[in-house]
Amino acid sequence: MKHYIVKRVLGAVPVFFGITLIVFLMMNLAPATIADAAGEGEASSAAMRAALEANLGLDQPILVRYILWLKEVLTGDLGLSYRTGQPVLRMIGQRVAPSLILTGTGVVWAVLLGIPLGVMAAWKPRSGWSKLASGLTLFSFSAPSFFLCLIAIFVFSVKLSWFPAAGMYSSGAGGDLMDLLRHLILPAAVVCLGSLGNLVRQTTSAVSEVLGEDYIRTARAKGLGEWAVLWKHAFRTALIPVLTTILNHIPHIIGGSMVVERIFGWPGMGSLLFSSVNGRDYTVIMGVTVVVALAVLVTGILMDIVYRLADPGVGWGGDRE
Amino acid sequence: MKKRTSPVLQRFWEDKLAAACLIFLGVEILLLLVLPLFLGQDPNVTDKTAGFWAPPGAEHLLGTDDVGRDILARLLYGGQISLLVGYLSAILGTLLGVPLGLLAGYKGGKWEYWIMRACDTFQSFPSLILVLCLVSLLGPSVWNIILVQGVLGWSSVARLVYGSTLSVKKKEYVEASRALGATDRAILFRTILPNVIAPVWAAFPMKVGRAILSESSLSFLGVGLRTPQASWGNLMQNALELITLTTRPWAWIPPGLCIVVTVLALLLVGEGLRKALNPKAGR
Repeated sequence: MKHYIVKRVLGAVPVFFGITLIVFLMMNLAPATIADAAGEGEASSAAMRAALEANLGLDQPILVRYILWLKEVLTGDLGLSYRTGQPVLRMIGQRVAPSLILTGTGVVWAVLLGIPLGVMAAWKPRSGWSKLASGLTLFSFSAPSFFLCLIAIFVFSVKLSWFPAAGMYSSGAGGDLMDLLRHLILPAAVVCLGSLGNLVRQTTSAVSEVLGEDYIRTARAKGLGEWAVLWKHAFRTALIPVLTTILNHIPHIIGGSMVVERIFGWPGMGSLLFSSVNGRDYTVIMGVTVVVALAVLVTGILMDIVYRLADPGVGWGGDRE
Repeated sequence: MKKRTSPVLQRFWEDKLAAACLIFLGVEILLLLVLPLFLGQDPNVTDKTAGFWAPPGAEHLLGTDDVGRDILARLLYGGQISLLVGYLSAILGTLLGVPLGLLAGYKGGKWEYWIMRACDTFQSFPSLILVLCLVSLLGPSVWNIILVQGVLGWSSVARLVYGSTLSVKKKEYVEASRALGATDRAILFRTILPNVIAPVWAAFPMKVGRAILSESSLSFLGVGLRTPQASWGNLMQNALELITLTTRPWAWIPPGLCIVVTVLALLLVGEGLRKALNPKAGR
């Protein structure tokens, strides 16, 4: 097991370098714009611009700049924001908790709704459950989350005025849990709907596959109740592919909830990213991208380990394919 | 390997729902191209007599927008752009992904290592972030969006092809053609490619759908296509203002429904293809 973890972490190292290289090259495709963005009017003359570029280290060869930047990233220094002058790491730090609350709530709801629904749909393939499951799946795949956001705001905030349309807290109600929940329900519901489809589909196909196996027939034959067969045997085996699905869709889920954050004015990493793209705040964009990609990478490794703990059959040797 | 009527196509047309969706997608393209000619409204011209935000009526079937342009004309024009971006991005991603996946699976060794590590790297980013950053750097034009979404779309196709190439290359018929003296290139494209391409076909419609969804999200948020260019996402941008959201639903619900219906049809065609290509696995 130790051997596997070491191997898995070492395998992730080139991916980490790949991520940093892509982010760095992307932001340095047009170095002039970085100086423009940082100067914003100050760099009107060529001399001032050269001074600014030297100050930002933009006069050095690109490989040197990459290595210098990478060294700073590795020590946890993501630089200062061109716009606010604050350390990027601190700006991101303030946004992590809201993002985790929103995405986490959405995914937990999706798991709580999607897994039982998927199991029921597999158990009774011609029933209403199955129709509900496939309907929800199709809807979840085809409706863009921003459209769902608009409809949610239109119906539940404007027409019914049940929930607020924006923000995380009402002004002046700082830290009130009920207030947070009221703000959380609509955006989290959209995030939940976005990841529900995949979850329901994978659970259904995994469970219905397991239900055809011999040992399930044996369990039924020895008189085990249908309910016990379903949840104790079938579901437990099917959990593994379901876990894989969640794991493979983390980047997708994060991307989706960034859009939701932006529309609901939720103060998370997504809102930060969109506002820094609009403001051409390159250090912040680089910082957010690296942090998100790193989070995906680390979650991937953790899920892989959990996955192998949950299913001793996979073993600690091969790859998850 | 030529057969008179392909059994795959035959199975596909037997699935009424998928067949209807495929026909719908074809008709949709035709309508988007032909209807503007009959409508006689320019999507980029302000109607000064109707003014801004005219409600739906005989002259403007879906009213006018914030600068007095006919919304229906923009809906049709935007639809052309949305579909163009969707289909071309998916084609580009597939054209890049298939050869890379084949190479990684067939050659093994260094090829496999580097291509698959690149795959891991690209797949550990939320693609929306990468598209967002690159499009804002390159400039938000239709071709840049297609280029970025297409190039970034290679990794999922490559992984799909890689997986099936690994299992196909051990088959006897590959050994046989090698024993008969076929070159690597002939084995790759004549023997392996036809046997690994099925899942790519099945995944293609959803790839188009994803590209449409991601373009429309970005354009909706003002970081993709900008006016006067139109796409279904960008048409809905006005709904970010509360007054449009609440009092002018005709301005934002139609493009939203267009996206949902189109992606749904693509999804069902993909399902139909998957079942037709792999009749044993489908339920």
